Amino acid sequence: MYEAIVILPLIGAFIAGAISLVGARNRYPGVNPSPPHDDHAAPLVPEHTHGAPQPQTTHAEIDHSSLEKDVISEPTAGSQAAELITTTLLGISWVLSCIAFVNVGLQGHDVRVTIFNFITSADLKVDWALRVDPLTAVMLVVVTTISSLVHLYSIGYMADDPYKPRFFSYLSFFTFAMLMLVTADNLLQLFFGWEGVGLASYLLIGFWFHKPEANAAAIKAFIVNRVGDFGFALGIFTVFLLTGSLAFDTVFAQAPSLVGKTFHYLSFNVDALTVICLLLFMGAMGKSAQFLLHTWLPDAMEGPTPVSALIHAATMVTAGVFMVARLSPLFELSPDAKACVVVVGATTAMFAATVGLVQNDIKRIIAYSTCSQLGYMFVAMGSGAYSIGMFHLFTHAFFKALLFLGSGSVILAMHHEQDIRKMGGLWRKIPFTYATMVVGTLALTGFPFTAGFFSKDAIIEADDTIAGMAASYGFIMTVAAAALTAFYSWRLIFKTFHGEPHDHHHYEAAHETTLTMLVPLGVLAVGSFAAGWPFLHLFEGHGAEQFFRNSLALGATNHVLENMEHLPLATSLAPTVMMIGGFLVAWQFYIRRPDIPAALARDQAVLYRFLLNAWYFDKIYDASFVRPAMWLGRLLWKGGDGFVIDGFGPDGVSARVLDVTRSVVRLQTGYLYHYAFAMLIGVAAFVTWFMFAGVH
Amino acid sequence: MTSWPILSVVTFLPIVGALFIACLRDDEAGARNARWVALWTTLLTFAVSLILVWRFDLSSADFQFLEKHPWLGGGISYSMGVDGISLPFVILTTAVMPISIAASWTSIQRRVRAYMIAFLVLETLMVGTFCALDLVLFYLFFEGGLIPMFLIIGVWGGPRRVYASFKFFLYTFAGSVLMLLAIMAMYWQAGTTDIPTLLHHAFPRYLQTWAWFAFLASFAVKMPMWPVHTWLPDAHVEAPTAGSVILAAILLKMGGYGFLRFSLPMFPQASVELAPLIYALSVVAIVYTSLVALMQEDVKKLIAYSSVAHMGFVTMGLFAMTAQGVAGGIFQMISHGIVSAALFLCVGVIYDRMHTREIAAYGGLVNRMPVYAFAFMVFTLANVGLPGTSGFVGEFLTLIGTFRVNNWVATLATLGTILSAAYALWLYRKVIFGKLEKPSLFHINDIGWREIAVLAPLVILTIVFGVYPKPVLDMSAASVTQLIDNFEHAVSSVQTAAVR
Repeated sequence: MYEAIVILPLIGAFIAGAISLVGARNRYPGVNPSPPHDDHAAPLVPEHTHGAPQPQTTHAEIDHSSLEKDVISEPTAGSQAAELITTTLLGISWVLSCIAFVNVGLQGHDVRVTIFNFITSADLKVDWALRVDPLTAVMLVVVTTISSLVHLYSIGYMADDPYKPRFFSYLSFFTFAMLMLVTADNLLQLFFGWEGVGLASYLLIGFWFHKPEANAAAIKAFIVNRVGDFGFALGIFTVFLLTGSLAFDTVFAQAPSLVGKTFHYLSFNVDALTVICLLLFMGAMGKSAQFLLHTWLPDAMEGPTPVSALIHAATMVTAGVFMVARLSPLFELSPDAKACVVVVGATTAMFAATVGLVQNDIKRIIAYSTCSQLGYMFVAMGSGAYSIGMFHLFTHAFFKALLFLGSGSVILAMHHEQDIRKMGGLWRKIPFTYATMVVGTLALTGFPFTAGFFSKDAIIEADDTIAGMAASYGFIMTVAAAALTAFYSWRLIFKTFHGEPHDHHHYEAAHETTLTMLVPLGVLAVGSFAAGWPFLHLFEGHGAEQFFRNSLALGATNHVLENMEHLPLATSLAPTVMMIGGFLVAWQFYIRRPDIPAALARDQAVLYRFLLNAWYFDKIYDASFVRPAMWLGRLLWKGGDGFVIDGFGPDGVSARVLDVTRSVVRLQTGYLYHYAFAMLIGVAAFVTWFMFAGVH
Repeated sequence: MTSWPILSVVTFLPIVGALFIACLRDDEAGARNARWVALWTTLLTFAVSLILVWRFDLSSADFQFLEKHPWLGGGISYSMGVDGISLPFVILTTAVMPISIAASWTSIQRRVRAYMIAFLVLETLMVGTFCALDLVLFYLFFEGGLIPMFLIIGVWGGPRRVYASFKFFLYTFAGSVLMLLAIMAMYWQAGTTDIPTLLHHAFPRYLQTWAWFAFLASFAVKMPMWPVHTWLPDAHVEAPTAGSVILAAILLKMGGYGFLRFSLPMFPQASVELAPLIYALSVVAIVYTSLVALMQEDVKKLIAYSSVAHMGFVTMGLFAMTAQGVAGGIFQMISHGIVSAALFLCVGVIYDRMHTREIAAYGGLVNRMPVYAFAFMVFTLANVGLPGTSGFVGEFLTLIGTFRVNNWVATLATLGTILSAAYALWLYRKVIFGKLEKPSLFHINDIGWREIAVLAPLVILTIVFGVYPKPVLDMSAASVTQLIDNFEHAVSSVQTAAVR
């Protein structure tokens, strides 16, 4: 059964992929190339002319009158089959996941299934194996629930797209990779799922391959994640070096023996566990778009909106949080690493919230919001309240997927307009979408009794129970970010749905979408409430320890969950007060006095541009990494290879040789055979020498 | 074990095919027959070589399928055999040959018979190199392989083929002269050229060091290692598609095989002392050539530079002398043999259609060539080293093996995984994605069934070895373990002697 949960989406991906390829082949049948008329059109050039060869014109006649459109409109045959098969298989996977949740999570039977051996090399042994414990069970439910709903939603959202089977194939492939990630039994399989979801993300961001921005965003996402994975990979190597294994059970069993040990890394003596945790956390920072490695996430919004909901909000970006939870037995032993996680998380929560204040693209606002909420989850993780962080991951998946799918509905209603300055007053036209998005916003801002209220407040409370500079910083940042969250979320709602419509043409044409899109919205809206209180006892207090058992480690000195129950009322109220404050300011700015924001942006132009450009990270990275790398590449190529190595090596030598032999080189091919012949003579002389040398 | 000389059959079967082609008439029909004869010969050779896999004893680290006949006198014999280190390369060679013959089917129209003969002779020499168990025999095969390759580039190559083949010749010739001297010195010292005997011969220290350098000169050029790599981009650019395939898939592996067969086991002390040099060159190769690859304007040059970077992982892993490093180095070579061959075939596909390799001449091919785009994507990802493709396993094992010995080197080399993603995805984006805007591309056709037949096995192998690398790892495991045991024994015995 557990194998089926993971494999079914892969089967779906294969089937949809095959349909897509067959359809594409029917559209453009392949032909073997015709033999060239003369594969030696160009004359022999004895001179050393550097530079790229000139392109030759094709033999085919170029008919400019029949320019073929590169964007086709006819959907591939079998599109419907592809949609139905992938969605159904995911549905089955979802049902099985729910059964797994009950079996493993509630009834307490951990499962480990070995599939087959992956890599064996001397003392390194890695298996493909599924590990299903309560932590995994939670993730299984989150991933398959959101993924099935997004599949369903996409049937409507992508209805006009000719490349539907490919889209569904990628979506299912993503789900497979994500499930491999959460069921991983060792670090290498985790890394496989990790890079697998990265690939799916790359493919889906660049799904509309004719858009240059989409292609650029796809590559950026992949490479920034690779920077994080650089740390992840080094972390894996260090773990193997110090524990002799990559399997979680062995590594966790070995971990306590590493406490206090130092490891000589890059000429420094550092605490072994801290270096392991921080290297692995670097991977988490990339995947979860944390401060410094966050730049790819806003750009990733170039992908279709269902992708943003599934990958860049609910599941893939939370992989980093999941990773820290999975490796809690390691993090628990390194207070420095935990403090670092808190600082990074708190900084991200605050940073992304400030940028979110001024964005105008509906999807980018939600993207920065996601970034910020992921920061909250890391604050919980770093505070040692792993179950609380998982709780926020769980609730966030519902309301953030809801907000993205809702914004997709808005975008479709507005004919692919994403700028909220051109919207307004839409609540009359798309009331259902409006209602669900308000629910999502309430949950995101932590309105009492919504799902976000329980999980987000718990994070702030958990952080307040621990001592230390990092925790204080985390507390201030998360509380302040709560106010900003409320402001930008309500700003989005007010500018999109309230006020006067700014684009009457689109406004008039706006209408509610099909049932396949509305059903997921409704389900997620219910989830934005239902994911909170009913599950509270599984994630908070003593219930959490009973539910998660060994899957989340709590050190002997870790009393976060207990202390949370004895907090002063003021702490518990702080986030709610901030949330109300943010709402009121947004109300004042966008409903009562819509002239204030523009005046403020004018008065504080520097600050405004700083926030609008997301603290200029893209420009800084471009100037400090991208351009120098390209400059260096060109220098090494032309200067290093071309001038130094070739100049003093073969070209220098051959120039001398050619001076001597120029008169001999008249015959075109004789020139070549000349050398071949010389080599043969050399070989013959060598053999002769050995024959005679061998005699005595 | 078999009673018939199976290794000789695998080695010389292609020559028989070549002789047969030589007898064909020099006309259109002769050319057609030459193609079929070459294809069937290589397929038959591949089939026979599979018997080796079937009868190979995985638990033994010794040479198997031994053949030994007196030959030149003076202890020099015709001696053949394979162990877990050489067998993967033999199979790689016999497997890639039919693919490169099929890839030349229509693109070569001039001197077809000579072309096919050159390829078949080349196959004999390459298989022979991996099977030879006598230094002289090895040298003959190893250097002999230069001649047909030299001709393939020089006769059927592109416009600057003379420059490229000349450069190729200069580099490799300089290396082989030094290796020849070292072989002579070894013969004087040990009194035999029998490789299994030499493997257990303790060479004196001074001889180890300079023989190590002499072999390095030859193998570093073949690999190619930085800074003697500049012949490779030119050779690839000018070589016909199948020439590039063989060059990348097999000829480059002779250098790595040489390190495994000679440098490491025969000169262990020198290898230990000079390993830092290899580390430095490997790391420079990985970072330097990856940066250079970023800026290339020619598809083949970009892939050639990425080959140099990937070979950097191999040399790094081999000289780490840990089980994972060596096994990873071997795996990386096999994987690179599959993936780089496939990438060059992919370039061949568009070159056959458009007759240019300039990246800027392409763009938006996915619109009209979806199946091609899919295959190219798989190989690009393998080149990037994505888990689940064969490219990952080799990179991972070499890095984890090296990290145990020297974490500076492994850390810097890991930077290469970021850069490889940058250049490979950039290439893919420029060639495949985007709008189809160039008028010359409006009528380009997707790959035909012959091309699918060529690429499909490589797609399958790339993924299968990525998910289940066990067949290759198991094949080499016993020999790798023995290699490392002997190595450590040799090094430690010298150390204890020094202490006394």
